[in-house]
Parts: sequence; C-alpha cells; structure tokens
Amino acid sequence: MKTRYTFGGDEHVYVEIDDEMSLDAFFKSLSMSNAVRAANIDGVTEICPANASFQVRFNPDIIAPDDMMARLKGFEKEAAKAEKRLTTRIIEIPVYYQDPWTHETLMRFRERHQDPDGTDLEYAARINGYSSVEDFITAHHSQPWFVSMVGFVAGLPFLYQLVERDRQLQVPKYLRPRTDTPKLTVGYGGCFSCIYSVRGAGGYQMFGITPMPIYDPEKRVSYLKDFMVFFKPGDIVKWKPIDRAEYDAIIAAVAEGTYMPRIAEVEFDLDEFNADMRGTNAKMLEALNDA
Amino acid sequence: MTLKILNPGLSTSIQDLGRPGYFHLGIPMGGAMDRFALRAANLLVGNPEDAACLEAVFMGPHIEFQSAATVAVTGADLPIKVDDEPREPWTSFEVNAGQVLSFGFLASGARAYIAVSGGITTPEALGSRSTYPIGALGGVNGRPIQTSDELPTGGSSGPGAGRSVPRELRRMPGNPAELRVLPGLYWHRLTEESGAGFFDDEWKVAPEADRMGYRFKGGKPLKFVEREQPFGAGADPSNIVDGCYSYGSIQVPGGTEPIVLHRDAVSGGGYFTLGAIISADMDLIGQLQPHTAVRFVRVDMQEALAARSHRRNMLQRIREELH
Repeated sequence: MKTRYTFGGDEHVYVEIDDEMSLDAFFKSLSMSNAVRAANIDGVTEICPANASFQVRFNPDIIAPDDMMARLKGFEKEAAKAEKRLTTRIIEIPVYYQDPWTHETLMRFRERHQDPDGTDLEYAARINGYSSVEDFITAHHSQPWFVSMVGFVAGLPFLYQLVERDRQLQVPKYLRPRTDTPKLTVGYGGCFSCIYSVRGAGGYQMFGITPMPIYDPEKRVSYLKDFMVFFKPGDIVKWKPIDRAEYDAIIAAVAEGTYMPRIAEVEFDLDEFNADMRGTNAKMLEALNDA
Repeated sequence: MTLKILNPGLSTSIQDLGRPGYFHLGIPMGGAMDRFALRAANLLVGNPEDAACLEAVFMGPHIEFQSAATVAVTGADLPIKVDDEPREPWTSFEVNAGQVLSFGFLASGARAYIAVSGGITTPEALGSRSTYPIGALGGVNGRPIQTSDELPTGGSSGPGAGRSVPRELRRMPGNPAELRVLPGLYWHRLTEESGAGFFDDEWKVAPEADRMGYRFKGGKPLKFVEREQPFGAGADPSNIVDGCYSYGSIQVPGGTEPIVLHRDAVSGGGYFTLGAIISADMDLIGQLQPHTAVRFVRVDMQEALAARSHRRNMLQRIREELH
C-alpha cells in the first residue's frame, strides 16, 4: 500500500490509501477519516471516506492548503497501527433477482451493453466462469458483503464481498451509462455491488431489485424515521433471494409501516477474518439467523 | 406574502448557499451554481446573503406578487419586466401587490438569480432550502417550481428601488470562457503530451450541462499512461477504484468528453479525474450556455488562492457599496 496525497482544486485534499481495492486499504481510510473527524480541525467542512481512499473538503481562507495536507499526513502513522476492528451490524437485504423492472430497463438500453443479445446476469455469469445464471446468483448471495463506501447519490452503498480475491465476482460497467435505473436496483460494477437508492442514471450491471427502501427524505419508512439514509460504511449485508410473492408482501409491509429489516450486532475483526474467512462469515450469519 | 407562479420558465428552482456536511452520504451541497450572483442579488434587496432565491435557467418565470416587495435580478442577462415595463439588471426595483414579474429572451449567460426581500421561506431540508431533485430535498416538495405554486416569502418590503451593483463588479465569464484548473487527483494517469493537449485545445460546452455537471466536447481524446489496471478498478484505462469526487473535479470517461462536477455533484465514482476547476471559477460555469467556447487554463495553488481572494474582494466591495 502506497498512500498518495493530492489536492482536488483549492478546497479538497484527496488521499488515495491504495490504488487497488482491499479491506486493509478500507480500514486505513476509515481510521484516518475518523481521526480527522475527532481532531475537529477548524476549516474542515466535509470528511468523506471511500473504498480505498478518502477526501477532506476545507476552507482555504481558514486553513492553508499545505497546512491541511500536513495535518492529514500526520494521522497516517497512527492509522496504520489502529486496530482493524469494528462493532457493526449485519443486515439481511431481500433481493428479487431477475425481476421484471430491471429486465425491462436492461432490454431498453441493450445497445449500450457489451452483450446486446443476453441479459446482464447471463453476461456476468459467463465472464466469471459460471455455467448457469443460477450458480452465479448463488455466488452473489451466499457469502456476506461489506459496505465500503456510501455515496454517488443519496445513500447509495458500495459493497465488497467478504471472500478471497480469486473468488470475487468482477464485471465491467456498461459501455455507455444508462440514463435510467429503477429505484432500488441491485447493481454490479468492478468488484462492487450496489443498491441504487433513487431512480436515475447508472452504469452498473443490473441483477435484481430489493423491496426495502434505503433512502427516504420524508422519513416515513419505519426504520428511516431517525435519519433518511440507511447505510453507513462498515455495515455488513447478507442478500436474501426472494420471489415475486415475497417481494409484494414486503412492499405492502413497508407501506403499512410494519416492515423491519432483520439486523444483528456483530464484531468484525479484519485479522480474524483474513485468518478464517468462511468461519468468520458463518459466525456473523449465525448471529443474523438468531436475530 | 406569497409569490404566485404563473409560468415556471424552463427549469427554475429555489436555491440558497446549500447544505454542506452530507457529501459523505452522497448528498451534495447544492445551492446556487453562481453563488456570487446569488449573494449580490440578496445584498441588493437587503436580505442575508444566504437567503433562498430563484435560479432560472435560460428562461425566466412569470410571477405574480401578492404584496409589495423589493426585487433584484443578477447573473444571466434575461431582460426584466414588471407588467411589461423594463427594469435594470443587478439593480433593485419595487414590485407592487398584483404586479407580474416576467422576462424576455436570454441575451447572455445561463442562470438568473431572482431575490425577493424577505427571501423565499419554503421549508428547509438538512439545513437548506436548495432544491436537489435527485434526492427529493428542498425546493417545493423536493422539486423545481411549477405553474400555480405559491411560494412563501419573509414578507419584508425591503430597502426599495435604485440600489445597484457597479458594472465592474458584475462578474460574468468572457468569450471564450476561461476556466482555471489546478492539475491533481489522478493527473498522473495522463501522458505528458495528452495533459498539455487538454490545455491547448478549445472545448465547447455540450448540451448535457446541468446542476450535477457540465460536459465539454471538441478537444482531442486523452491518452493514458499504460498500466495493468489495479484490482477492483475496472478494465478501462479511465477507470479507478471508486473514490470520492471533488466539487469542480474534471472526469473524462473513456478519455473523450470532460465532465466538470458542479453543485449537485455525485459524491464519488469510478472515473479518473485530472484535477479540478479552482473555487473562484465555479460560479462562471453556471453562466455557460451550451456551445460556448471554453479554454481550460492551467494554474498552480498560489494562483488559485490569489483568484479566490480576488473574488472575495469583489464581493466585499459590493457589500460596502450597498451598505
């Protein structure tokens, strides 16, 4: 890991922890951005952690750019030594794979896709060496995911699968981004899964849809009453495949205000995970099943 | 006091100075694209500089006033009319109860700021009235204004007519527009020749230009330093592991058409960025029409800060002028 510091104009410092994705880079980025927040530096207006980088926005009238960068560099040593450990939550997110709405959308934008004759899932299964879409879907939901960034648009989580690197699914983005993506589409680009929190443009492959809102500016959804954004970096997600009937039932429960996602509190320790990925995942899934 | 919208124009939204502090959740600061013009408009009508105004793009709205107010319009040159009588831009004027404020055809610039004494007082969302339609925040129920909306205002009658911003303090882009850029971020991904070409070429504003970002066309495609793409970045040489985007940062998907992220920026993504427009020139982008010729001008941090302080001094002179 080689950490790189650079300015984004005169109001941002961008810190690339590593140019490739890893949970080590994520944890270092999270530790550093937490340290910046705790230091409460005059002139800092935004602290944004990302997958393997973070960004600080500052007012250069209050703190000079070089001083800002020097302050950030000062946090690096400490962050490298910090415990890579989180008390967090694992959340079960229902996914209706191969749903009619993302299907309609992906057919509409077929000419922007690498494989105009298939579906996004058929393409993703093939290039990842799976003999069937079903096997690929199983690989997508059988092991949990780690929210390594929230952003792009309001409350959209980027998720990184908790498996060995050679087992990670990788797909390119659309050749040209779509101008439309259904709200709550479960997407995929690079090594990241995501949930489109709102309807709009997007370039990730589309695999399915969740009935569970994750952004609600009106704060009407029962579990979004305190804050309109559901996810935060460090959350762990388990996809649960559902069919049309269950999808419709959850939509109705959300509308009635009775739907509560299944959530359990868990500890995530990166060293423990690296030593035994399947064992660590099994323990977290057990906690979720008990919730 | 309310403003009755008889015709919303093309895309008119309520904006103030935005909602910083939520970019880490993908919620951008938003607010006026031309913050200088918004501040000036508010100063002209005696409002706090961060009061909510209307930002009208290319076409002005028609507004019926239900009681008297002081009004000022800054930014783009959209001929101003009160019941068909012309009014001066960057200058306060009075509108009486029952009168209609309307606009002629756009002469120059792209966005006009309409300040009304007392400010627009629609409900705040996350500390701001700025309209962010993608996230359904602010504005009128999270959207731009529509016909027959009634917008509440603070209702003060204001300081009255005749306050004016001197011509030399009315900041607008030139033609071709010059936008100053501080190279950085993923600048090293470009070959030296390609980086130089970016600044030598003349670009034009593309039709895809809005509050989220401005796209530019016409320059040579960029060439990347060859490398094996890092894990998780994606196969295209313009891809990176998804990271944060700076306001004003310039991404070039596929190396072809640069996009400058503006006030409603997406907060992150997987395209390399070659640097960012300096803070002093962000306002100017908000005044660019499609097809406007643009040159990107390379500056260093010292020049960026000097430009920032020059802009700040111009604002300070407006404050003193209107004190």
